[in-house]
Amino acid sequence: MSGGLWSRTAAQALRRFGPLLALVLMCAALSLLSEHFLSLDNLLNVFRQSAVNALLALGQLVVIITAGIDLSVGSILGLCCVLAALALKAGAPSALGIALALGAGAGLGAVNGLLYTKLRLPHPFIPTLGMMNVARGLALVITGGFPISELPAGFRYWGAGALWGIPAPVAVVVGFCLIFHLLLTRTTPGRDLYAIGGNRQAALLCGVPVDGRLILAYTLSGLTAGAGAVVLAGRMNSGFPLAGAGAELDSIAAVIIGGASFFGGVGTVLGTLVGALIMGVLRNGLNLMNVSAYWQTVVIGAVIVAAVWVDVVRQRAAGGR
Amino acid sequence: MTAPLLEMRGICKSFGGVGALREVNFQVLPGEVHGLVGENGAGKSTLMNIASGVLKADRGEILWEGRPAGDLTPRRAQQMGIAFVHQELALAPQLSAGENIFLGRRPSRPGPLGWVRWEEIHRRAGELLEQLGRPIDPRRPAGELSVGEQQLVEIARALAFQARLVIMDEPTAALSEREAGRLFEVIARLKQRGVSVIYITHRLKEIYQTAERVTVLRDGRRVASAPVAEMPPEELVRHMVGRAAPEQFPPAAARPRQAEELLRVEGFSARGRFQDVTFSLRRGEILGLAGLVGAGRTELLEALFGAAPHEAGRLWIQGRPVRIRSPRDAIRHGMALIPDDRKSKGLIPGAPVIWNIVLASERGLRIRGDHERRRSERMAAELRLRAPGLEEPVNRLSGGNQQKVVLARWLLAEASIFLLDEPTRGIDVGAKAEIYELIRGLAARGAGVILVSSELEEVLGLADRVLVMHRGRIAGELDRAQAGEEAVMRLATGGLP
Repeated sequence: MSGGLWSRTAAQALRRFGPLLALVLMCAALSLLSEHFLSLDNLLNVFRQSAVNALLALGQLVVIITAGIDLSVGSILGLCCVLAALALKAGAPSALGIALALGAGAGLGAVNGLLYTKLRLPHPFIPTLGMMNVARGLALVITGGFPISELPAGFRYWGAGALWGIPAPVAVVVGFCLIFHLLLTRTTPGRDLYAIGGNRQAALLCGVPVDGRLILAYTLSGLTAGAGAVVLAGRMNSGFPLAGAGAELDSIAAVIIGGASFFGGVGTVLGTLVGALIMGVLRNGLNLMNVSAYWQTVVIGAVIVAAVWVDVVRQRAAGGR
Repeated sequence: MTAPLLEMRGICKSFGGVGALREVNFQVLPGEVHGLVGENGAGKSTLMNIASGVLKADRGEILWEGRPAGDLTPRRAQQMGIAFVHQELALAPQLSAGENIFLGRRPSRPGPLGWVRWEEIHRRAGELLEQLGRPIDPRRPAGELSVGEQQLVEIARALAFQARLVIMDEPTAALSEREAGRLFEVIARLKQRGVSVIYITHRLKEIYQTAERVTVLRDGRRVASAPVAEMPPEELVRHMVGRAAPEQFPPAAARPRQAEELLRVEGFSARGRFQDVTFSLRRGEILGLAGLVGAGRTELLEALFGAAPHEAGRLWIQGRPVRIRSPRDAIRHGMALIPDDRKSKGLIPGAPVIWNIVLASERGLRIRGDHERRRSERMAAELRLRAPGLEEPVNRLSGGNQQKVVLARWLLAEASIFLLDEPTRGIDVGAKAEIYELIRGLAARGAGVILVSSELEEVLGLADRVLVMHRGRIAGELDRAQAGEEAVMRLATGGLP
């Protein structure tokens, strides 16, 4: 009996810290393979480069916990970049540009949620696939396809600046992680998201305001896309309409590598952050080892499948009868 | 004595160090109906999964027609002639009944394209269904068939595979009494063809209706195996629970004839589901809602609770008119729904027990961890919940304890009107008695209870008053003194009272 209990605890620990363990092992291996890897500069670089994906993944996590998916985050990021850049070029102060990106992101996310719940579309794949095309199309229409460059320093700070040596994007990610962690673990709306993902019908019959919570989830996902836009446009010193193309898939990958379940009801902020870092470290390490970007894509794809496969094996082992 | 068709000898199986089967011997004779009973967790499913090759025994041997069956896989078991009709039917709803019957072995023309011979599929499927005594159009999509008909399609599939042993896992769980009667006829026909049947059930009455021999498992051991004629019901129950049969139905409290009216429903209608339903429920009363499956009882409860729409009708709670458009409204007015299917509607299976208990009552912004733990522990103690821990996922609990979690949730939410839909489905005998006591307890606290159950004894044993539904309408009302099985069935089947 005690053996069974121990192995169950071990299995739980593995689910919780498995991704973290993988990250640590990867870092250890890379620091042996390349002398450049374990330098402060390089590590800060990894964090900086992972920031946008980590932000998108946080929103994606909230949606995936409800057994949903948000395919529009990359396009929303692109549109928010463009809108903020246009406003700044028209003379708006940096704070207003940031507020516009965040507000537009959250608003577009809310539209996703409304379409999904109020039109009773069969699966969030549909409204967010639609939004993915609409937002990208609008970004191209507004700019005519050209980037809008030379943004004010106050805005660029959030993508390229630093605070006591810590890159500002990293501070943004840490802040969002804290807020999302508290939301998911300490509040009723957060727990409702897990309940909806675990069994939507049962949640509804227990009085959980399912539609409202789902709208909240997609709004948050849009909001983090807006935050990602601020960081990315700031770093590139430009709002370009194709920003974030394909980023939705990276964010989904980070969430899944981080131990969340596609079937909903399972997932943590820490896991997702680690998932995003695993992807960042992998890219960075392969770069240091002079592996071509083309091959990097192949490796990332294999890692996604392997991460989920490990999880499936683990669940089968813990499942018993 | 004839040689057994299937013989299992000294079967042992454990999961993660916990013994599920210990030295079990089990025999099925050719052409017999063999009842297999035992409480949940007794090892029935494990034993049958081993017989059908889904699980491997740790030790022991399996003989088929006297010869060692060797390494059983699901495929090999099927080739030998073992078919498993699962409790959750495994049909593809969009495919036709006929196509489902021949799934995996469609008759096709030779050649690389393998053109499907549709006429032949439907002709042969029609013949098989005909042989089972229920003509079903083999061209109809399986999803449009009733549960009973779908089950028949599965049995026909077994015949199409030349099965010689059909394992049925709680086949009547979702059937009305009439459909169950038809199933027994089908089983009789299988017997005539020399097919053996292993019949797993919680309803002991059915053992006496269909089976010739019965085997009882308890805690992974075979505790009895005998001809049904030599095993009176009391003895069967004693073998199952390992003690004398519990007093099944606790005595009713004093009749609440003049108590305050908690709920009044007038003219409730939803097209195609129920029509013009009118009744009232008093404080402290258990109102039974009897009827066949499909009579509209579940639909009525869900509409009262705001989980399904209704087109007409008015509702009063404690004398005040109310409108209920969603489960949230219902909960605000003190209603609770315990749905017929715990797994799909009642629980968040992977979430901890605590979350499941507080889900309907903790609705502030902040989660108060200590507070919800204290309240959950109190409820767990009060309902004598047996769980390895309140942080464990609720799906690790037995069926009876899962149902207690659902009850605890609504007690915590201080509900006063309980809508219970099949509250003891899939729960073993010992736990059933506990649930009955809890239901009585609800009434004794002054709640009103509406009880829907397909097990008539349950309704008759618990209810103060019985409403009988037939095709979406209230066919009649019987009070405790009048309500007997025959009177209820007459109303439920549309006969004159």
